[in-house]
Amino acid sequence: MLYFSKLRVFSVLIFTLIISYFTISNFTKIDDDYFSKNIKLGLDLQGGSYLLLEIDNNPVIVQRLQSKVLELKKFFKDKNIKIRNFSIKDQSIFFDVNVMKKEEVLSLLDDDKSEINTYFQQFKSHEFDIENEDNSFKLTYSDYGLVLLKNSSLDQAIETVRRRVDEVGTNEPNILKRGNDRILVELPGLDDPGRIKSLLGKTANLTFQFVATNQEQSFGTELLQYESGDREAIVSKRIIISGDNLVDAKPTMNNQTNETVVSFSLDRVGARKFGKATSSGVGKSLAIILDGKIISSPTVQEPIVGGNGQISGDFTFQSATDLALLLRSGALPAPLNIIEERTVGPDLGKDSINAGIMSLIIGFILVVAFMFYKYRFFGLIANLALISNLFLLVGILTLFEATLTLPGIAGIILTVGMAVDANVLIFERIKEELKNENNSIIAFDSGYTKSRTTILDANITTLIAAVILFFMGSGPIKGFSITLGIGILTTLFSVYFIARLITAYYVIKNKHKEKLI
Amino acid sequence: MKTIYFNKFYKSFNILSGILIIVSLVFLIFKGLNFGVDFKGGTLIELRTDKSSANITKIRDSFNQMNLGDVSVKNFGNETDFVVKFEKQNSNDPKFIDELKTKLSNSIGSVDFRRVENVGPKVSAELLRSGVIAIALSLAAMLLYIWIRFEWQFSLGAILALFHDVIITLGVFSVFSLEINLSIVAAVLTIVGYSMNDTVVIFDRVRENLRKYADIKIFELTNISINETLSRTIITSVTTLLALLSIFIFGGEILKGFSLAMILGVIFGTYSSIYIANPVLVSLKVSQRTIVKEEKE
Repeated sequence: MLYFSKLRVFSVLIFTLIISYFTISNFTKIDDDYFSKNIKLGLDLQGGSYLLLEIDNNPVIVQRLQSKVLELKKFFKDKNIKIRNFSIKDQSIFFDVNVMKKEEVLSLLDDDKSEINTYFQQFKSHEFDIENEDNSFKLTYSDYGLVLLKNSSLDQAIETVRRRVDEVGTNEPNILKRGNDRILVELPGLDDPGRIKSLLGKTANLTFQFVATNQEQSFGTELLQYESGDREAIVSKRIIISGDNLVDAKPTMNNQTNETVVSFSLDRVGARKFGKATSSGVGKSLAIILDGKIISSPTVQEPIVGGNGQISGDFTFQSATDLALLLRSGALPAPLNIIEERTVGPDLGKDSINAGIMSLIIGFILVVAFMFYKYRFFGLIANLALISNLFLLVGILTLFEATLTLPGIAGIILTVGMAVDANVLIFERIKEELKNENNSIIAFDSGYTKSRTTILDANITTLIAAVILFFMGSGPIKGFSITLGIGILTTLFSVYFIARLITAYYVIKNKHKEKLI
Repeated sequence: MKTIYFNKFYKSFNILSGILIIVSLVFLIFKGLNFGVDFKGGTLIELRTDKSSANITKIRDSFNQMNLGDVSVKNFGNETDFVVKFEKQNSNDPKFIDELKTKLSNSIGSVDFRRVENVGPKVSAELLRSGVIAIALSLAAMLLYIWIRFEWQFSLGAILALFHDVIITLGVFSVFSLEINLSIVAAVLTIVGYSMNDTVVIFDRVRENLRKYADIKIFELTNISINETLSRTIITSVTTLLALLSIFIFGGEILKGFSLAMILGVIFGTYSSIYIANPVLVSLKVSQRTIVKEEKE
């Protein structure tokens, strides 16, 4: 165990130096991506906001079911089968048929190749589960059908979220999928997420609909509240244009009224539709509806054909800017709920870094002093291993751009405390071996050999704990498991390559000296 | 070095451990744990006030007027820092936090919200579940590992020692109503790793000595093994405790609970490796035949 080939010594040195270089590069300022990397600080250290959003897919499901109902109605009408009592309840479609036709309906619904089962042709499984009792049917989304629906709405939502966050212009936001209905948004450096939260909390479904001339509720109209909350109006359900037709929106000043408005431009299809509707609707009130609430309902003075228009509605400059941003970034497929939020102010982050570094230095000094007191010269060897261990650990964290969190710093300090264990096990074993063995080289050699399985066992147990934490933990805790886990590997390296190398040199040089350790 | 007769006290310390475990379990069952917002849901705000203007009562009074449910206010580190916790979590209302801040500034003067945590009921339930799963999984993984590496008598001893450490550490948290949050789960997992590590070192020696000495009874043999590894046990516990104490004292308020749990865990872990794990071997009458038989198979 004490023999090292020249090549091995060389590679250990080179490896240690390269990794240590990355540790040092954290403290230098070189503008080069390959040679100067910096450790990534977690949100708890640099300050910032962590938001976990969950999509509420219920509206999407209901919407899809509505269009499925239309599809089924048409399909069965073409087949001359009478369907009664279509309704949507509890995310399911209900309908009744004549008992005589029951078997036929069932086989049609089950037919893989039918035009109402396009889903099956694509994915080889049914989009809906069918339940049948006497003459009534119940169609519910199957697990597969739901997965596809959720995935596509998540994909859409994440795009919209990304556009909105980018528009606000925070630095290096991190937007990730979590499961099949959640989005994780990390916003480094942001200490007041209020604005982002209000932007992400809006679906931003914009529609233009005429206010009904006859203010009585009927089929084809709906009663909507004004944004201000003090009025309501009955509007036609027919949508003239929606937010999808918008190509741009920005806040501007209306020179005549001197109020802040949002001006928008429409794509070609939108402009044509809008022109047609406003030409025939001069004198009518046009309701501008955002997420089910009327922002304003100006009267159409003249046809608007150019594809440009303005939305007014008691905006401040800020709210006009936000509305324009929402309109530019497009609507969310479904509402998002913020189910977890963690925000750390930048000065707390700085305090945490300082406290972390302080306790690292003090913990390190205490351990180093204790080891020197206990083992003298060999204490120095262990301490040298400990220092290189720290350099390796921080270097690897930097190289792999791992995220350092406050618990991660605690993991580094804990590594300092536990890392000496391996050297202690070896030194104690060597002491025992020296009692029965006069040749110190043999005693050192068997000390290393005999302690090896114990050291491996002892470190693997901690590594198991770190790996489980890595997979089960989140955010800051994950940072702890990373430093703890990598710390074990660098500990083993520094003990078996660096400390052993120095020990070997020392012992071979001083093999005749009494009481080596 | 002088031999210490640890084995003389196996019985008395086993009784002590038994009592501690029962007391811990009684507290855990009847008093329960003080879960933080991570596991209970709700809102946590760490705030810093102007030097002169605020004290706990004033802050509590102003929060109580805001209709937020059960509010707890604690001093956090120095006298201008406070942590406020309440059940209401209203993360969907983007103005919720801003409004709280305005109301609070009106009554106690300028405040700075240094940290805000807002955890919904669904997330907190999931976090709690994954925390419990993580701890259970780590215990199972340790059991499996030690079962592969040693004979079943040893795994039983090691696992009993682990349960002992985890239950008593959580018991202390229950008795003193210390907060359980995500970092405590990390601490418990690390304790599991550390305690196992400590036990494995002694067990390795017990097994080695079992091969060496056929005629020494396990009661004696465990004591020899404990003594042979004792200086390592002490040195490693001391260096680990030095590092942890440094975190506890200098690492800031956020790491206090974590480092305290770890300190308790290291102390109990070291103790249990000697006084739980080894007596199990004795009462299971482990002998040279135990390991020789296994090795023949």
